[in-house]
Amino acid sequence: MFESGVFTSQFWNWFIIIPTIGGILGCFALIFWLGRDRPDPDKKVETMGHVWDGDLAEYNNPLPRWWLNLFFITLFTAIIYLILYPGLGSYTGLLGWSEVKQYQQEMDAAETRYGPIYAKYSQEPIAALAKNPEAVQLGHRLYMTYCTICHGSDAKGMKGFPNLHDDDWLWGGKPERIEETIKNGRQANMPSAKQNGLQGEEEINNVMNYVRSLSGLKHDQAAAAKGEKTFKRVCFACHGMTGTGNKMLGAPNLTDKTWLYGGSPRILKETITNGRQGKMPAHGEFLGDAKVHLLATYIYSLSHNK
Amino acid sequence: MATGHEKVETNIGLMIILITLVVSIGGLVQIVPLFFMHSTTQPVEGLKPYPALQLAGRDVYVREGCYLCHSQMIRPFRAETERYGHYSVAGEYVYDRPFQWGSKRTGPDLQRVGGRYSDAWHYAHLMNPRDVVPESVMPGYPFLADNKIDGKEVQHKMQVLKDWFGHPYTDEEIANAAKAVEGKTEMDAVIAYLQHLGTALKNVR
Repeated sequence: MFESGVFTSQFWNWFIIIPTIGGILGCFALIFWLGRDRPDPDKKVETMGHVWDGDLAEYNNPLPRWWLNLFFITLFTAIIYLILYPGLGSYTGLLGWSEVKQYQQEMDAAETRYGPIYAKYSQEPIAALAKNPEAVQLGHRLYMTYCTICHGSDAKGMKGFPNLHDDDWLWGGKPERIEETIKNGRQANMPSAKQNGLQGEEEINNVMNYVRSLSGLKHDQAAAAKGEKTFKRVCFACHGMTGTGNKMLGAPNLTDKTWLYGGSPRILKETITNGRQGKMPAHGEFLGDAKVHLLATYIYSLSHNK
Repeated sequence: MATGHEKVETNIGLMIILITLVVSIGGLVQIVPLFFMHSTTQPVEGLKPYPALQLAGRDVYVREGCYLCHSQMIRPFRAETERYGHYSVAGEYVYDRPFQWGSKRTGPDLQRVGGRYSDAWHYAHLMNPRDVVPESVMPGYPFLADNKIDGKEVQHKMQVLKDWFGHPYTDEEIANAAKAVEGKTEMDAVIAYLQHLGTALKNVR
């Protein structure tokens, strides 16, 4: 009947119970006392002795019976409530209601209703599921709840947060890789020029020109030729000898027109100088496998359902 | 009959005393026992008092009035836990003085924002929210990136929290506080604080 270990001492239990019950009983007594004397219809009612505005006086009548009865009803309701629900210290109430139990019921009801839908889709491979409009729509709704903050409501990303429409993948676009990315997150690690041992502004400028030449952007040919040597000594480790990147490391392909942070000389220099630590936070624990599966389905569908 | 209520109604001093008595009984019974409950006074497992940088960030959060638009209180409803994560429990706030529950959500709840987004996202978002969330109505806080944290002040705050409120800081933590925030900006501090929020409880629904 009483939940144990709620308070540091039993005293606090009674500290709540006694004034609460006492308060209700006190109200009973007060109202009973106020309603005890009924006006005698034969006698003239006394007034309070004040007169306002020449002829306005106040009768000294007790409260009407119906009004007093409303008071009694609220008091009885309070007692019934305190018997059924937890209110008196650590008393659990006859119904055994608790906030957490009510929440659990809500969650169980949702599981009964939505669980089978998720379970059904979890079994299907993502490539096939991406053709199922209902599954994609479900994935889209999940996307709108959990992913738009970084990747945008149109899933086209923004500077530093990849576009999910273009079938150009930093960490791989196979369904399993997408699922892995959502579940465990990704941490890119491009070291700074200092960590890479680049010597000064000039070398950074040379590398920048070479990187721009890889995707056919305007560049200084002499600087690019020098930059190529540095690239093939340092940068190739992640971006590859031809600059096509490495999806195991999240190193972007530098030969295409897609830029995560931007391909202008200024931004490229910034990237080479300071490095980049792009991060996708892990969502597996928060969302659970079934939701990740549907999210991956939606994201896969963006670049495959054309 | 005439005497009882007339005495109270015509004697303002007596009325003040009686009203105070009635109101304070209600307050005492509802509020005081909360200070002697295990669930409100014991930290949840793994919860530590804020390290120096996060403590400084928390004070920036309070100073800028973030609580006016962001709550830090996830109620136990499915609609909330699906979006934000596990509902809040009292033991998560024992090192918050005062707690930042807030009362209004112009922006989303932040109780479990820790680890949801990258540091780079938080930086971009605090500099100008529209850069990452075009629909946002949140003001930008670019000046945080220019303000340096005062290490001495943080150290002093930690000492006060330890001496007066019994936050279990070690002497070593307090001694190293100034060093821990050296060269850090308010931006770094507030991001460190946000990234820590709600991570004491497992990040599940």
